Amino acid sequence: MSSCAILAENISKRYQIGENAGYETLRESITRAFTRPVRWMKGERERSKTRAFWALRNVSLEVKQGDVVGILGRNGAGKSTLLKVFSRITTPTSGRAVLRGRMGSLLEVGTGFHPELSGRDNIYLNGSILGMSKAEIRKHFDEIVAFSEIEDFLDTPVKNYSSGMYMRLAFAVAAHLDPEILVVDEVLAVGDARFQKKCLKKMDSVAKQGRTVLFVSHNIAAISSLCTTGVLLQKGEVIASGPIQSVIQKYSSSAGISSSTHWTGDAGDNNARLKETWIRSLSPEGSFDTTADLEVGVRLQILKPIEGLILGIRLLSQYEYELAYMLQDDAESSVPPVVPPGELVRRFIIPGNTLAAGTYRITLDIGIHFVTLIIGQSDEGSLLFELENLYGVGRRFPVPMMRGYTSLFRPAWPVL
Amino acid sequence: MNSALETEISCEIPASEGPAGAGHVTVIQASEPWFALHLRDLWTYRELLGFLVWRDVKVRYKQTALGAAWALLQPLLTMLVFTLLFGRLAKLPSDNVPYPLFVYTALLPWQLFAFALTESSNSLVGNQHLIRKVYFPRLVVPIASVLVGLVDFALSLLVLAGMMAYYGVRPAATTLLFIPFLLLAVLTALGVGLWLSALNIQYRDVKYVVPFLTQFWMFATPVAYSSSLVPEKWRQLYSLNPMAGVVDGFRWALLGSSGRSGAMLSISIVAVVLVLLGGLTYFKRMEKHFADLV
Repeated sequence: MSSCAILAENISKRYQIGENAGYETLRESITRAFTRPVRWMKGERERSKTRAFWALRNVSLEVKQGDVVGILGRNGAGKSTLLKVFSRITTPTSGRAVLRGRMGSLLEVGTGFHPELSGRDNIYLNGSILGMSKAEIRKHFDEIVAFSEIEDFLDTPVKNYSSGMYMRLAFAVAAHLDPEILVVDEVLAVGDARFQKKCLKKMDSVAKQGRTVLFVSHNIAAISSLCTTGVLLQKGEVIASGPIQSVIQKYSSSAGISSSTHWTGDAGDNNARLKETWIRSLSPEGSFDTTADLEVGVRLQILKPIEGLILGIRLLSQYEYELAYMLQDDAESSVPPVVPPGELVRRFIIPGNTLAAGTYRITLDIGIHFVTLIIGQSDEGSLLFELENLYGVGRRFPVPMMRGYTSLFRPAWPVL
Repeated sequence: MNSALETEISCEIPASEGPAGAGHVTVIQASEPWFALHLRDLWTYRELLGFLVWRDVKVRYKQTALGAAWALLQPLLTMLVFTLLFGRLAKLPSDNVPYPLFVYTALLPWQLFAFALTESSNSLVGNQHLIRKVYFPRLVVPIASVLVGLVDFALSLLVLAGMMAYYGVRPAATTLLFIPFLLLAVLTALGVGLWLSALNIQYRDVKYVVPFLTQFWMFATPVAYSSSLVPEKWRQLYSLNPMAGVVDGFRWALLGSSGRSGAMLSISIVAVVLVLLGGLTYFKRMEKHFADLV
């Protein structure tokens, strides 16, 4: 028997939500204390304006030493709460967990960075906050600097850094944390694509060093390549655990996804707000058919002039594999012009006779190059659609009925 | 698909807390006995404590025109005002020491105390981004903010040396005995700071209470006047304020004025110990809710 790194038994966590949840002012507590006898005599029951919300319910799991575990679940499933419990930031309402080994957690990059301090000082400060000893930081100092690519600005206060530099430095420190158990929450979404790739590679090497890693991300591709086992949470409960591929499959087929071809709402940050997304068929009948050209529309409200706007969509399979990625300005070779405030509508066309019949998802990638991600982590604006094979290729042998058929493309490429 | 749920137990359960097997074992559970203060954790995190103090000291006077001069100006200006008001106008007696020196000696521990109390009360709320995202013994935070005050204290101590030379006051043989009183001041600030910082997490009223508290407390402390002005029958009650003992102790050690009786000093010490232990227990009891409430 190998030994456990983490063993959790029936962990539950309750939060009070509602008005005034959390803190009340002293006056309120005092009035409540004084009026209690009166209310009691009047026979009024203590009425609470808050209600209980169980972020975790009887979560039991075990993680073997050296396992790399992906934690999956929709927003609000309790993933982050679970990590907070394991990293001892919050205590469970009931239950018990035993951890063996030194624990390090990365719930955010750049925790405790002080804007007035230089990059050099912040490496020490942040490293120490994350749990590294002074000697360890000194040992890794040069690697951290090299990884972050900020050599020339080491003695500049980080408040003068660009957002990209700031994030790179923050990640570099975090990446050199080497505890026996590492807990990581969604921190890979930093920097530009090249740096993200570098981060993933670093995570991969961390995982391969035989360390125990708990990893939360919405990036299924990252999870599926990094993790060996997975845990699926839904409404605070563990609904599946085991080999990562089976958990991912369960995740993508779990309730919560319903076909939605139109989304309206208001999401984003103070740079831009996402207002509407849609997918429609351009065929005369408007049916979602494999032969039809599909239009994916995105309507944004730009609030500030944006230099380097990234606006793209991802096409995902039913199992959340990324099949395609397109940017609005992929065809252009030069730097895109500044996008002025106002409404911005873009239509992406997925030509007919490309995809096989099946269920697909569209998610968005909106951000500012090197600066920030506006939409991309959450499900906001994502679309789900099903394609049917009404007139298209391979109609004589409908794809879903063929045993073992796993292709996602069924293109009308010429056969000579 | 359900079979995934029924993975059998395939790894061994670490039996107990202790140095069994690989490294150390952490147990996370809902409740802990109230007396479990885990003070040993503080030792493990001493480097972090050092870094937090270093951060606050380094950042303290950033982007100010006068920089660290503020550490000297604050007590000096207060001394000037007090000398004009209480020394010249009200002509308060000053135990045969020049009044400016008399008041400055008291301001040394007082300003340290007031600073430490204010900073530690706001420390948890001020560091909430850390509390929400990283684990460390939360006690590190108020302790660090109390220690930061010592840097200013050391600087103003140099000014005192200068002033004593100016007024031709020879240092008493007891000079170094101010250190135990300094410790008493720091512990008092920490004791009260622990209570207030933990309360501040839940009741932001604390932020508004602290300025009044320090103001009233100063009048209850013989900073501007001599404790010999306090009537004999009130002395016992007066000694409940540890800062009165601290200020008298500073004047006794540094200026050689008459000290206070051992009995009264012990009352102060007992008061500090009680406040500190109470503060620690309350802080520890609230600690696990900090991240959820802040």
